[in-house]
Amino acid sequence: METIGQFFYRLNEDYGINFPVFYDAWEFWRFAEGIVTTLELSVICVVMSLVVGLVGSWLQGAAFAPIRWLVYAYIQFFRNTPPLAQLYFFYFGLGSIMPRVVNDMGVPQAILGNYEWAVISLTLFAGAFNIEIFRSGIEAVPTTTVEAARALGYSRLKSYIHVIFPLAIRICMPGLTNNLVNLLKTTAIAYAIGVSEVLYVANQIWAVEFNVPEMMNLVLITYLIIVSSFVRLTTVVSRRMRVPGFNW
Amino acid sequence: MHNSSTTPKLGRGQPMPVVGAPPKERLFCRYTGLPFTRITLWHGCILLVTLLLMASGAAAATQTDELSVLGTLIKWTPLLFQGFLLNLLMSALAMGIGTAIGVFLGLAQISLMPPVRTSSWLLTQLLRNSPWLVTLFYVMYLIPFEFEVFGVLVIMPDWVKATFGLSLPVLANVSEIVRGGIQSIPETQWEASTSLAFSRKQTLWMIVIPQCLKRMLPPWMNLYAIVTMATVLGNIVGVSEALTLTRDILASEAKTDMLLPMYGYILVFFFLYIYPISRLTIYLERKWTVKG
Repeated sequence: METIGQFFYRLNEDYGINFPVFYDAWEFWRFAEGIVTTLELSVICVVMSLVVGLVGSWLQGAAFAPIRWLVYAYIQFFRNTPPLAQLYFFYFGLGSIMPRVVNDMGVPQAILGNYEWAVISLTLFAGAFNIEIFRSGIEAVPTTTVEAARALGYSRLKSYIHVIFPLAIRICMPGLTNNLVNLLKTTAIAYAIGVSEVLYVANQIWAVEFNVPEMMNLVLITYLIIVSSFVRLTTVVSRRMRVPGFNW
Repeated sequence: MHNSSTTPKLGRGQPMPVVGAPPKERLFCRYTGLPFTRITLWHGCILLVTLLLMASGAAAATQTDELSVLGTLIKWTPLLFQGFLLNLLMSALAMGIGTAIGVFLGLAQISLMPPVRTSSWLLTQLLRNSPWLVTLFYVMYLIPFEFEVFGVLVIMPDWVKATFGLSLPVLANVSEIVRGGIQSIPETQWEASTSLAFSRKQTLWMIVIPQCLKRMLPPWMNLYAIVTMATVLGNIVGVSEALTLTRDILASEAKTDMLLPMYGYILVFFFLYIYPISRLTIYLERKWTVKG
């Protein structure tokens, strides 16, 4: 550890290539916290958006037409408007009409902070895409398979749980991976409302150290590592889930 | 579909398809029982009404009459529209630059020379997997805003730099679309054309590419919609596009009850432009699906 610190310290002293993150403990922990925040945001949003996708694709099969229209409207709204504008709409727009609570210090404070709004906004954004993806997966399950399940006496729900959904999830794995990677990348916009994720922290560091190129490269590499590890993970998962004849 | 009361039901009152019955266009989703609705811009209108209702609700909550909210929106519409035009200009330019470079990069990805193939693949992956905002920052911070060309000082406006920044991820995406499109053409086509004595270049330009142009158009249009939405990121780096203007207007109005309707309004702006494009994309995709 010490030698790495010395190396980067020398790099800065001799060549002016400044990576304070690697020789200054304070900056190191600050950047590490930024990475942790990004990862947290990503994991929470991925899980919640999958839930939104599941519930939404289930609601789309509702007998009550207005529910379907609502789901459709939700999907189209979130798919066809800029995520950053959505984030502002939530954080500044909805945040302005939310009731305020008094915190421990006796100061009125918004119920939801910027981090919570970022989670909500990103979840709804990715969830809209997930509904579509799940639905296309469900539609791609061969009719014959559905009929076979029904013929064997599976009820609508049971055939869903035991036959259709397990096949659908395998079919829509590529699309799902794509969308979730997109979500990981979109978490960067939380920067705009001051969530201290990687980009925001890097910005704080280069504002002090004037080392924009170094920090930018570090941020880029961080994101590439996060994205590529996620893709690796999904590859492993889909290989595990392979079913003969459904090897997408 | 054949309608008789004797057939067993498949949930939600759908008759069992009869074996050998002529296939007809489905009115309902195969399993979810979801009707394939042909919904037009209705949703945009419903959205608008909902937002206005929300706005009036917010206005009522803050004891101002709702007309003032609506009036304020109408008052600022021309300015917002100007900002929106800048968004459109940026997206068109980024798309143009990205496509021009991306097509070459995509073709380089299927080159026969390993170094060319590998390096173009690497560049594509690098730009495709980094967040748009990060590439935008790269260009904004690391490219000088003025440089000399033949002794003339050229000053680059912010929005031009932002456009370049946005065209980086675009070219990577176009590169992937091109590669995927070309590789989606069956190997047999290549073999057949080789046996007919077409050279590799001829095969590519006269046989393969004409066939996959149709396949590549829908994803390309999708990408255009994404780029249009991404131009809003210009707000973060100080380009005065629609979202930035929205914030400026809100700052000048200094009324908290305008926040929600105003941001809703800008969302509607984008929705009305992008929704038709995405419908058209879906339509073309369905129309050109290769019946395998």
